[in-house]
Amino acid sequence: MIKNLRFFMAAIISIGITCSLPACSTVKQYQKNRLNDSEMELSARKSQKFEQSFQLYREGGSGANGGKSGGGCGCN
Amino acid sequence: MRKIYLGVLAVFMSILASHAQTVQPIKDSSNYQSRKLKVDEVNFVSSYYHQDGNNSAVTGGIGTENLTDFANTLDIQLSKFYKNGKKNTFIFELGVDHYTSASSDQIDPYSISSASRQDTRIYPSLNWTHSNEATGNAFGFTGSFSHEYDYQSRGAAFNLTRVSKNKNTQFDFRAQAFFDTWKVILPVELRPPGYGSGSNRDSRPVDYKPRNSFSTAFSISQVINTRLQAMFIVEPSYQKGLLATDYQRDYFTDGTERIESLPGSRYKLPVAIRFNYFLDDHFIIRTFYRYYMDNWGIRAHTAEIEIPIKFTSFVSISPFYRYNNQVGTRYFTAYGQHNPTDTYYTSDYDLSTLHSDFAGVNLRLSPPKGVFGIQQLNTLELRYGHYMRSTGLNSNILTLALKFK
Repeated sequence: MIKNLRFFMAAIISIGITCSLPACSTVKQYQKNRLNDSEMELSARKSQKFEQSFQLYREGGSGANGGKSGGGCGCN
Repeated sequence: MRKIYLGVLAVFMSILASHAQTVQPIKDSSNYQSRKLKVDEVNFVSSYYHQDGNNSAVTGGIGTENLTDFANTLDIQLSKFYKNGKKNTFIFELGVDHYTSASSDQIDPYSISSASRQDTRIYPSLNWTHSNEATGNAFGFTGSFSHEYDYQSRGAAFNLTRVSKNKNTQFDFRAQAFFDTWKVILPVELRPPGYGSGSNRDSRPVDYKPRNSFSTAFSISQVINTRLQAMFIVEPSYQKGLLATDYQRDYFTDGTERIESLPGSRYKLPVAIRFNYFLDDHFIIRTFYRYYMDNWGIRAHTAEIEIPIKFTSFVSISPFYRYNNQVGTRYFTAYGQHNPTDTYYTSDYDLSTLHSDFAGVNLRLSPPKGVFGIQQLNTLELRYGHYMRSTGLNSNILTLALKFK
């Protein structure tokens, strides 16, 4: 449990540091041509929809990937 | 079954036909938006999945896991603008899955074909989202329903989006609940006297038990620079009710046999992060990492990388690789090794200690004049993946995704 808490703390601190770095600068709308590329979307692809479903069945872990985390079907 | 597919196909074709017949408005450079309800896009996703292994939980952790699943969804997105720059979006989705399972056939191996040998799942949903085009802020509600032979589900969800003034930070929140009812089908040799098989032809009674799921998802998307953006996601969830699968068998060291037993509640906490980096005009790097923990003792690390290679702005091929490493639940033991004094027990290898590799490729076509010259066919994606699990289970999945605009 302590090991997990350390992991979460490390993750949160890393994200905090990442976003407080000078690299985390304000990007203007006209500078977002690369970020607006369809391959740059932060969500999972539509074509991944059913992959996430079978992974939900075949593995114990689920959620936080845009798919379901349980319920709505006969799976855990 | 054929009627369902033909029905879905008819609905799909009629939408396309009506969409194709609409007069395309002349595009101009003004900010004019039509205030009529119009079809924004139609997505059709179809997938064929096949797996095989030798650790079926229905037969206590031994026996075939051969399964095929043919899954399809069709969603239609409609929107309507208002004078004040507000927008209402409606997304109707209809999903139809059909699977055949050799292991489920072993619930009653003495029958010609038991109740759960094959099944069809139908799941419609409707989402309404109200958004402000200028700020990007939005909120909405979803209602959903799912029907399987032995499983019914009703779902409701609320979603909220807040975007910062400079549009570089986005916060998303989603709360959802599923209220499910499971028809309790038992292995044939473990049914009490007078207990039904669950078949529609069998008039003997069976039990129905609830399974409710509640989850909240918080995510923050952040533009870090002109090439890099990230997303941080936390999605705690809670399940209560019948979480064991009562037609799965467990075998004990004293030679006895029982149905699977698992706690009636489960807390899950997945935490994930995505980084997408635009390396140059030909290469993009998409990454995903998730840590998962729950109160059944499962701990999992999942990492994924995908590298879209752009041949042109409209054609890309994306090889991907996913690795999952999982510490199994404390209730898991293999066939014949359960202690008779245990309260909870399972021989479901999905919940065991394992690692898995998943690799494949995604082809994406999105030419400006439409795929294959069909103007309305905006995007085509074809994706194949091969999955290998350390328990010996292997599977393949092929997915076709079409977007019509």
